[in-house]
Amino acid sequence: MSTALGNTALGRTALGKTALVNPAVLKSEVRLFRREPGSLFWILGFPTLLLVILGSIPAFRDADPDFGGLRPVDAYVPVSVLLGLTVGGLQAMPQTLTGYRERGILRRMSTTPVRPAALLSAQMLLYGGAALTSSLLALAVGRFAFDVRLPEQPFGYALALVLAVLAALALGAVISALSRTTKIAGAIGSAVFFPAMFCAGVWMPVQTMPDVLARVVGYTPFGAAAEALNQAAAGDWPGWGHLGVLVAWTVLLTAAASRWFRWE
Amino acid sequence: MASTPMIEVTDLRKSYGGRPAVDRVSFTVEEGEIFGVLGPNGAGKTTTVECVEGLRVPDAGRVRVTGLDPVTEHAATRQVLGAQLQESELQAKLTVREALELYAAFYTRPLDWRPLAERLGLTDKLTTRFAKLSGGQKQRLFIALALIGNPRIVVLDELTTGLDPRARRDTWELIEDIRANGVTVLLVTHFMEEAQRLCDRIAVIDKGRVAALDTPAGLIRRSAGATVISFTPSARLDDRDLNALPGLASVEYKDGRVTLSGTDETVNAVITLLARTHVTAHQLRVTDATLDDAFLDLTKDATTTTGATEDATKAPSNDTTKEAAA
Ligand SMILES: Nc1ncnc2c1ncn2[C@@H]1O[C@H](COP(=O)(O)OP(=O)(O)OP(=O)(O)O)[C@@H](O)[C@H]1O
Ligand SMILES: [Mg+2]
Repeated sequence: MSTALGNTALGRTALGKTALVNPAVLKSEVRLFRREPGSLFWILGFPTLLLVILGSIPAFRDADPDFGGLRPVDAYVPVSVLLGLTVGGLQAMPQTLTGYRERGILRRMSTTPVRPAALLSAQMLLYGGAALTSSLLALAVGRFAFDVRLPEQPFGYALALVLAVLAALALGAVISALSRTTKIAGAIGSAVFFPAMFCAGVWMPVQTMPDVLARVVGYTPFGAAAEALNQAAAGDWPGWGHLGVLVAWTVLLTAAASRWFRWE
Repeated sequence: MASTPMIEVTDLRKSYGGRPAVDRVSFTVEEGEIFGVLGPNGAGKTTTVECVEGLRVPDAGRVRVTGLDPVTEHAATRQVLGAQLQESELQAKLTVREALELYAAFYTRPLDWRPLAERLGLTDKLTTRFAKLSGGQKQRLFIALALIGNPRIVVLDELTTGLDPRARRDTWELIEDIRANGVTVLLVTHFMEEAQRLCDRIAVIDKGRVAALDTPAGLIRRSAGATVISFTPSARLDDRDLNALPGLASVEYKDGRVTLSGTDETVNAVITLLARTHVTAHQLRVTDATLDDAFLDLTKDATTTTGATEDATKAPSNDTTKEAAA
């Protein structure tokens, strides 16, 4: 049976000295990721595809007072930017990691000089990288296909985006920590996915939400991320409140994950 | 022989939910030795060797691998110890070649994976993904991965389970070769033929304790009924006469044939008895007991021997008899 991280041999040693990131493991995980057509589509392709579909609706390219004078397609760019990291962080990564634990792959690796933590870090780098790629793709397509202006405060935008990725990965790690089987990870992932997407504004961009709702959503990681990205896109430095919410979630979730994550 | 033993296990204890799985197990394995661990299902073999591998933390007792603590000195232990687990998997879409290259990259002085793959008959499976391998092919890959780091010690938990008879023999040769190169082997097995052929010494573990620790021949010699006498008597022998034979361990009458196990003394007494009662013994055979017999004897009152003894009784006995006599 599994025991919490820290009580087991694997837990103790995983926190030890050997490098946390192993280039060979990372390379191998990237190669395996490229063999997953489902993940490739939903993480890298779908967010941009959604933007293209919405942007093809003529009405979405007209300024709309409901969107604070922006065009709907402008408001959907941050949503697309967040979509890839939600799919990757909340659905793909927890299922992969849980499967690695369930099938003894982490355990097999811990009989080698490389710690199973190397697989965990490789997964995070992989899905983090894929999410950022997906975001950049959405931004580029928005810019070139629909004339959406690039973020006017690029550093603030990059900062908000990186914090959002970290929060998504930490949430994914918690999901994996709480799931004994891949099936459970899939179920929890989906249960969290829809609220997360709602907060990110898939159905209703944050700007169009009623005030109270927008305020509540602003305390969730993806709501805060969406608001921070919007502010940076408009040329302002993202509010410290939103960035603070992201940092707080990341710290909290990381602590929870390292408390509950099991290696076997 | 080196002065520090390669593996040292002292008073090892490990319980699960209050029920002891391993209870004060001790043994040492010297450099270049092939050390076998036998025992019924659930006896605690895997728990014991996984404590040696550092995968499980002992509740009490001491485990040292070349003098290192496998739990606290993780990385150093892993450089010298290769392991094949009773149960594990790899990423479904990783190919054989990628797995070999990946695991080779974990060690400071790995073996070249090509000859190893060749030896294990994996050469034409190099581009096959793990999920598409047959059970025996997966097993061969795990044997390769246990050896790829060029370890000084390999721990093999059910080495040849799932292998076909030829692959099994090839694997035995491979193990003999790596031992010839000075590698120490800790081997858990249910195959008596394998244990008898490969092991220098064997620990029989039963219900979490070491029931016996000896060479294969020693285990047979010390078990009751080390010699087996069988014949078809021309007339039925008196049960009382048979039961009075010195050193007798067991008697069995089946289809008119008598099978006795006992000692050399029993053999002489049977011959005297036959002569005295004027009974002719047809097809008289005197053989050494096999390791199966010794195993069954040593783990006699175990309640969970089903799988182990089934495997044990499947091993061809004439082979093992020869080895025991040698
Ligand atoms: N992780 C675990 N949690 C709880 N109980 C366990 C665990 N691992 C082993 N056990 C129990 O400990 C005992 C010894 O198990 P172990 O796997 O060491 O046996 P074994 O000798 O390797 O058996 P087999 O020949 O079937 O492989 C068994 O009763 C088993 O149920
Ligand atoms: Mg076992």
